[in-house]
Amino acid sequence: MTDLFSKFDPLIQQRETLLASGVEDPFNLVMEKVLSPTRAICNGRETILLGTYNYMGMTFDPDVIQAGKDALDNFGSGTTGSRVLNGTYQGHREVEDALKEFYAMDHAMVFSTGYQANLGIISTIAGKDDYIVLDIDSHASIWDGCSLGNAQIVPFKHNDIEAMEKRLRRIPEGAGKLVVLEGVYSMMGDIAPLKDMIAVAKANGAMVLVDEAHSMGFIGPNGRGVAEDQGVLDQVDFVIGTFSKSVGTVGGFCVSNHPKFEIMRLVCRPYVFTASLPPSVVATAATSIRKLMHGSNKRAHLWENSRTLHAGLKALGFQLGTDVPQSAIIAVIMPDLERGAGMWEALLREGLYVNLARPPATPANMTLLRCSLCAEHSSEQVQTILAMFERAGKATGII
Amino acid sequence: MDRAQTDTRIRGLIEPFNKKGVAIDDTTTFAGDLEFDSLTVMDFVAAIEDEFDIIISMNQQAEIENYGQLVDAVCKLQGD
Ligand SMILES: Cc1ncc(COP(=O)(O)O)c(C=O)c1O
Repeated sequence: MTDLFSKFDPLIQQRETLLASGVEDPFNLVMEKVLSPTRAICNGRETILLGTYNYMGMTFDPDVIQAGKDALDNFGSGTTGSRVLNGTYQGHREVEDALKEFYAMDHAMVFSTGYQANLGIISTIAGKDDYIVLDIDSHASIWDGCSLGNAQIVPFKHNDIEAMEKRLRRIPEGAGKLVVLEGVYSMMGDIAPLKDMIAVAKANGAMVLVDEAHSMGFIGPNGRGVAEDQGVLDQVDFVIGTFSKSVGTVGGFCVSNHPKFEIMRLVCRPYVFTASLPPSVVATAATSIRKLMHGSNKRAHLWENSRTLHAGLKALGFQLGTDVPQSAIIAVIMPDLERGAGMWEALLREGLYVNLARPPATPANMTLLRCSLCAEHSSEQVQTILAMFERAGKATGII
Repeated sequence: MDRAQTDTRIRGLIEPFNKKGVAIDDTTTFAGDLEFDSLTVMDFVAAIEDEFDIIISMNQQAEIENYGQLVDAVCKLQGD
């Protein structure tokens, strides 16, 4: 039968072939019980979690949980409305205040997800005759923000400063320019040379938006991200972030010092035409963000975990996404999807969950096993993880 | 630069990307005949942009399916 679904046939076929080989479905895992930020029961087996974005382990923080419970009791389970109508409660203001303090910026706008924050800000600020110059490895939400708007879209090779500069120089005189970058690129776990890239963007008269989804709470002296770490946060016009990673709940935001920023609340459709976050979510987010301001010990331990895992995997002979650890994400490069899925399953059998990532989410059509560390992983757990990688890697012939 | 000259220069640029040595005329398509994937498209577009010092935005790329359309677009962009 041919219908609108026929275009998905190749993908359906690929999936069936993969599952017919007997491996567990890597995109259909259910966690029956979550024991802590680093442990869960998957398929009846206790499993170490090494594939979440719970970088700072805030999901079970007692203060965070209490704040959520209190908000449920006092404000109910949901707002049933848009931020610009009946959906702005005290808690939404409080979480925006917490963000302004966290980033030391004048304005903060909270969206229902980070995906919507990118969708909304990018599509709204870049209009028809403006140009968006962006890294080719940008997150799907950035690309979708480009598609939703009407601007001219000009990608450049990943982290290639010269390629970016050439494109900026060729933009017609008078056109508005927005450069979109990420602090940490989440597939390979590499960071951007923001200092140099932002200098070039500014020299060419562009505004700069940086998505710091994977660096918040962890990178930079105050956990403000890669731009802070490289000393250029004051040059960034818009920082996009999410509550779904270090903050440990769900939601997205944009912070900015632009004097006219508040008008976004009226013109940004993915902000206006959707319901606001539930009171319990914004309460947990605000509490978590305030605690992250004082997270320097946890940050230090997370860096230590990242360095130990990176060095250990390298010593075992795995091929990694970066030469040195640059973030809390360590990508292990697999030869192909089939063997990647086999290795993924072998690790799961060992009691370790990592992310299997494959095209089109990955650069250069790679299959990756992505490990993301948590500040709550103990040093012993990291050693256990390395032993699991060694056994699974040998059993599947990857090393 | 006239269309013939532009054509000649693009032909030179396309060579390393034309792995199967497909014979190219104006109706040759990039996705179908040349089997360019998205990575190849990016590198190829960058090579053309650098050669002619132009920008071919993704919005413009979406309109270009075959070789002839590319040559026309490059001619036009140089004129702008
Ligand atoms: C770089 C980047 N931006 C934005 C998002 C979207 O965040 P959220 O999960 O809040 O929608 C993600 C998460 O997947 C991301 O990796």
